[in-house]
Amino acid sequence: MLLLRLILLNAFRHRLRAVLTIVGVAVALTAFGLLRTVLDAWHAGVEASSANRLVTRNAVSLTQPLPFAYKGRIRQVTGVDIVAAGGWFGGVYLDEKNFFPNFAVEADDFFKLYPELIVSPEEQKAFLSDRKAAIIGRKLAERFHWRIGDTVTLRGTIYPGQWPMTIRAIYKGARPDTDETVLYFHYGYLDETMKKRAPTRAGQVGFFMIGIRDATRAAEISKDIDALFHNSQAETLTETERAFQLGFVAMSEAILLAITAVSYVVIAIILAVAANTMAMSARERLGEFAVLKTLGFGAPALAGMLLAESLLLALAGTALAMAVLPPLAKGFAVGLAQYFPIFFVSPTTIMLQAAFGLAVGVLAAAVPAWRVAAVRIADAFRRIG
Amino acid sequence: MAVPLSYSWRNLVTRRLTTTLTAGGMALVVFVFTATLMLAEGLRQTLVSTGSPGNVIVLRKGSETEVQSGLERVQASAMTARAEIAPGSDGRPLAAREMVVLIGLTKKSTGKTSNVVIRGIEPASLALRGQVRLISGRAPQPGTPEIMVGKAVAKGFTGAEIGQSLRFGKRDWPIVGVFDAGSTGFSSEIWGDADQLMPAFGRNAYSIVVAGLREPGLFESFKEAVEADPRLQAEVWRETRYYEKQSDMMRKFLTVLGVSLTLIFSLGAMIGAMITMYASVAGRVAEIGTLRAIGFTRGAVLAAFLAESTLLGLIGGLAGVGLAAGLSFLTFSTTNFQTFSELAFRFTLAPWIVVLSLAFSLFMGVVGGFLPALRASRLGIVEALREG
Repeated sequence: MLLLRLILLNAFRHRLRAVLTIVGVAVALTAFGLLRTVLDAWHAGVEASSANRLVTRNAVSLTQPLPFAYKGRIRQVTGVDIVAAGGWFGGVYLDEKNFFPNFAVEADDFFKLYPELIVSPEEQKAFLSDRKAAIIGRKLAERFHWRIGDTVTLRGTIYPGQWPMTIRAIYKGARPDTDETVLYFHYGYLDETMKKRAPTRAGQVGFFMIGIRDATRAAEISKDIDALFHNSQAETLTETERAFQLGFVAMSEAILLAITAVSYVVIAIILAVAANTMAMSARERLGEFAVLKTLGFGAPALAGMLLAESLLLALAGTALAMAVLPPLAKGFAVGLAQYFPIFFVSPTTIMLQAAFGLAVGVLAAAVPAWRVAAVRIADAFRRIG
Repeated sequence: MAVPLSYSWRNLVTRRLTTTLTAGGMALVVFVFTATLMLAEGLRQTLVSTGSPGNVIVLRKGSETEVQSGLERVQASAMTARAEIAPGSDGRPLAAREMVVLIGLTKKSTGKTSNVVIRGIEPASLALRGQVRLISGRAPQPGTPEIMVGKAVAKGFTGAEIGQSLRFGKRDWPIVGVFDAGSTGFSSEIWGDADQLMPAFGRNAYSIVVAGLREPGLFESFKEAVEADPRLQAEVWRETRYYEKQSDMMRKFLTVLGVSLTLIFSLGAMIGAMITMYASVAGRVAEIGTLRAIGFTRGAVLAAFLAESTLLGLIGGLAGVGLAAGLSFLTFSTTNFQTFSELAFRFTLAPWIVVLSLAFSLFMGVVGGFLPALRASRLGIVEALREG
């Protein structure tokens, strides 16, 4: 009990210095947590991928279409279970600042491929039976206060004209990393309209989502599909959904990685400064430890006291960082909503924060503790004079 | 009567190591701050300089980028005949119908695929883009599948050197030239004959029309005429404005990310400055007592210590901006997620960034030093002298 009091009093002997140390640790760990959350958000699409889904697209680039007629041939490839054609629609709601992803898909098959999009049976039925229906994610509905039955008109950027559609269903994500900001509508609606407006552009799709039964055969099936269309006017490139998403991420990751690398250096420096401050206060009190030694406290007890002191400060900082991070991440998520549909602090990030906080506490105590244990009492007293 | 500034300065010089460490921490924070702003600015300037002030660009109504746009042959040709368009050196209108598509190529640095703009051009395209100069090889012959690549493409992608060839649309496209378009977006593009490229991509429509006006003032009348024609379904932009718009999304992203990160970091740096300044005050209690005893006011002492921490911030700021300025020589190549295509651009240090970064560092110095300075100014004279 007495020891506990001693530790507490010593830790806050220089009240200001202690507070600054705590805040310093908290700042570094908060910045670290935020950065990791940004990186997680960047990779969210990759994490949400399923090993049982392949994506077939035009080999030239994602912006080149494929003939819809490929669907039948892909379905005959051994191991292919479901094929759903779809495409990036790229429609704008009122103003381009309101960006959200929107796709035209063959809804029947598409939703079989995506069990993580949860829709109530009656809404699903309503969506499937209305040619001009749309289904939207929960977050998207919240963002624009859309309700079932509302009519939303998208302005086409790739497919010209105005595209009115009625919201018939709202889906929820089964997992925290499921994107709930997407709008899906019927590929049939898109294609029939294009037949009237620009017949040469009808019968084309952006990609085929493919469900396979056996994930271990993904590479083989991909090869078989691409072989079908080799040397045709529109060659295909088939890869797992994960690889497809990774490709997206890799394209624009360079900037993020550069910022992250520099930031980690800054964070490490802040932590080192905080650790040094803690070690400094232990160094100043060498004489006091000599007194305690004289009183019969052994080296382990003294080392334990020192450790407890620096852990107290480091963990207080860590706790502060953990408390600040979630609300901060929320603010960030709002500010960057159009870039990061999924932005939440992962448990791993919290664990890492705790681990680093602990490490700083231990490291800060290590050197002074060793010195206190090793110092001869007489030498320590001599320092005081 | 104020304490001379040299007093504050000499105090910093005396404790060289502490000063260096504290200023170093600030310098790093300023460095991150400046570097992200430089990236955003580099992106903007690259895109702004891609457009030429005298040029207009016509896209399909509602399309945000060249790649999404499409203009049927008949409509595209109708626009090139308008009177506002200047005649070229060959006497024909200075207008080009171009096709713009993306093609996936492998990046040398990562081995991953990125999308590169491939532009099908007409003879007038080169005259309209004064920034484009051949640096090796020759321009592609019209009517052949020859292509030329921008400097950034030749440097950054595998198989895109002169003498090699790309394969798409069931044929090989030999690279016969490399062109340099300075720090514009064109340096990240591939150019070939539009009539050759369109069938290869299964296209029968152009993407855009680019035209040079007789004089910039004719923009309004050209815009009105083209946008009012219901058969065309087109929208008209000044080329400079159109390209600048392509940097909006990425710029906002970089700025938000960079500024919020550095704000968090700056807390750490300010704490560092605070610890340093408190230690500095604690070590000079007797000195402060002497200053007060010989007649300097509390305000003067406060100012002297505040000056010290502000100088600390300024040193950090100058070092940080200096470090970041060194990045100006680096080219950065990444996908612009608004256009979905690869773009090479430089870290660009604009005067406003320097001013903002230094202001930021001074702010850190002032905030970090305020409490310690306040403490110094409020010491009792007698007690302080007794410490000595």
